[in-house]
Amino acid sequence: MSIDLKTIKHISKLSRISVDEKKAEKLAGDLNSIFDFIEKLNELKTDNVEPLTSVAETTLKLRSDEVKSKNLRDQVIKNSPKENEDYFVVPKVIE
Amino acid sequence: MSDITKQSLSELVENIKGKKLSSSEVTKAFVERSEKSKELNAYITEDYANALNKAKKFDEKPNLDLKLPGIPMAVKDLFCTRDLRTTAGSKILNNFVPTYESTVTQNIWNEGAILMGKLNCDEFAMGSSNETSFFGNVQNPIDKNLVPGGSSGGSSSAVAAQLTPITIGTDTGGSIRQPASFTGTVGLKPTYGSCSRYGIVAFASSLDQAGPMAQNVKDCALLQEVISTYDEKDSTSIDFKRNEYSKELTKDIKGKKIGIPKEYRVDGMPKEIEDLWKKGIEYAKDCGAEIIDISLPHTNYALPTYYIVAPAEASSNLARYDGVKYGFRAEGENLIDMYEKTRSEGFGAEVQRRIMIGTYVLSSGYYDAYYLKAQKVRKLIKNDFDEAYKKVDAILTPSTPSSAFKIGEKTNDPVSMYLNDIFTVPVNLAGLPGISIPAGHDAKGYPLGLQIIGKAFDEQNILNIAYAMEEKINFKNNITDWWL
Repeated sequence: MSIDLKTIKHISKLSRISVDEKKAEKLAGDLNSIFDFIEKLNELKTDNVEPLTSVAETTLKLRSDEVKSKNLRDQVIKNSPKENEDYFVVPKVIE
Repeated sequence: MSDITKQSLSELVENIKGKKLSSSEVTKAFVERSEKSKELNAYITEDYANALNKAKKFDEKPNLDLKLPGIPMAVKDLFCTRDLRTTAGSKILNNFVPTYESTVTQNIWNEGAILMGKLNCDEFAMGSSNETSFFGNVQNPIDKNLVPGGSSGGSSSAVAAQLTPITIGTDTGGSIRQPASFTGTVGLKPTYGSCSRYGIVAFASSLDQAGPMAQNVKDCALLQEVISTYDEKDSTSIDFKRNEYSKELTKDIKGKKIGIPKEYRVDGMPKEIEDLWKKGIEYAKDCGAEIIDISLPHTNYALPTYYIVAPAEASSNLARYDGVKYGFRAEGENLIDMYEKTRSEGFGAEVQRRIMIGTYVLSSGYYDAYYLKAQKVRKLIKNDFDEAYKKVDAILTPSTPSSAFKIGEKTNDPVSMYLNDIFTVPVNLAGLPGISIPAGHDAKGYPLGLQIIGKAFDEQNILNIAYAMEEKINFKNNITDWWL
């Protein structure tokens, strides 16, 4: 299997990470060597194996639906890179 | 009292409880040594003035019933600390100051310990040498220009160099045990669900665990006792009966069955690792343990599985860094442009690589071939351990396939870097506890570690085995203070 530049561009779009040509070529090389290594898994037959989604063999605990923390607005907004009173500010989305 | 920083955590606790030392004296000693040791680059953020103040306050009204009375401690910069910058070793969190505290660190402060600062680590804990940190390489106190391991490299360096009496790291694929092995220290990765993940910057949520990194097994047991609690703020935290690990610690391991997995004899393993392992088997026998050959047939598939599961979870976890709510933001022409530039400029190369791998294996058309396949193989790996534990109480392996390497030696080849974790990754995939203890030196005089893997929730047993073997091994770390 080989990951080409077109695929790298597609993944970069999905990842929301911009890549230029040079970076895309480097990434293609790295990802191809990593996926060559990962291909080893195809040696195994796993048709009848249940996928393991959690190692913790417990069911989630239920809790009552109570508000435990209040008035966190200032804390929530504190690390905002750009703020305007009570809002997170982003570049204009709607014309 | 001279040489305060040479004392172990247990000795310091005893001396403070016995009023032979004050918290201020101890904190001052570690702060001074940390200040003189900047060349190691173990710290990302120092908080010395606050630490000294807190120590003074502690001494004014000391509560000597606590488990860590007035003990200064620096922690890995992956744990959120209220009002103190938490970066995860990344530019994207360079200016992030948490408004809340991680449960694990809160447990530590509740027992009287005092925060000295935040320790360097690989960016988002992705790395095996601390070379992916935005804040630069960390030096291993064992030798100049030697990596301290990773991702908890600042932690391992700081404990080995005695800049902090003890510390905590996190371990997703070996990030506590491998750096412990590289620096001649002790590192425990607890059972998944033992320590709360609340307030720890997430990497791969089904694998991440916090754990202690210490100079000896007794100190390690004491800190594990403090940090392991059930926490309703982490939905995967498990409510099981936790031992008083340090009180129940014993060297009596007579009759314990210890398994030796033949698949861990990997191709090209250096002879000195093979020899170390043989010596470890002899030490275990000397302690009265029974050695049993076992098989973990899917061992070779653990790393490829890990390099699907961990990046997949990381790509999902790291989607939150978009420059909107916190952290670094790059300006863009529009919203999408801002996201893309923020993430491209804010994340380093290794993190971007792993996000791309994760995004790819989860993307439409590839999910079954990669992610689902990996989850199935993960089941087979866990089954191997379940089968083995019908015959044995614990498993003994080397911690790493080599000793510490030079800075820059493996940075150009991601796969060779990943191979560092070949003996530690299966333990995370199966959710088991594992401890690395220093067990010898290689020809260059660099430390080598042995790993003891336990059954789920059986931390006490592997701590006991480690405690018994530690005495027989009688390891001495050879640190010359070359950076002073």
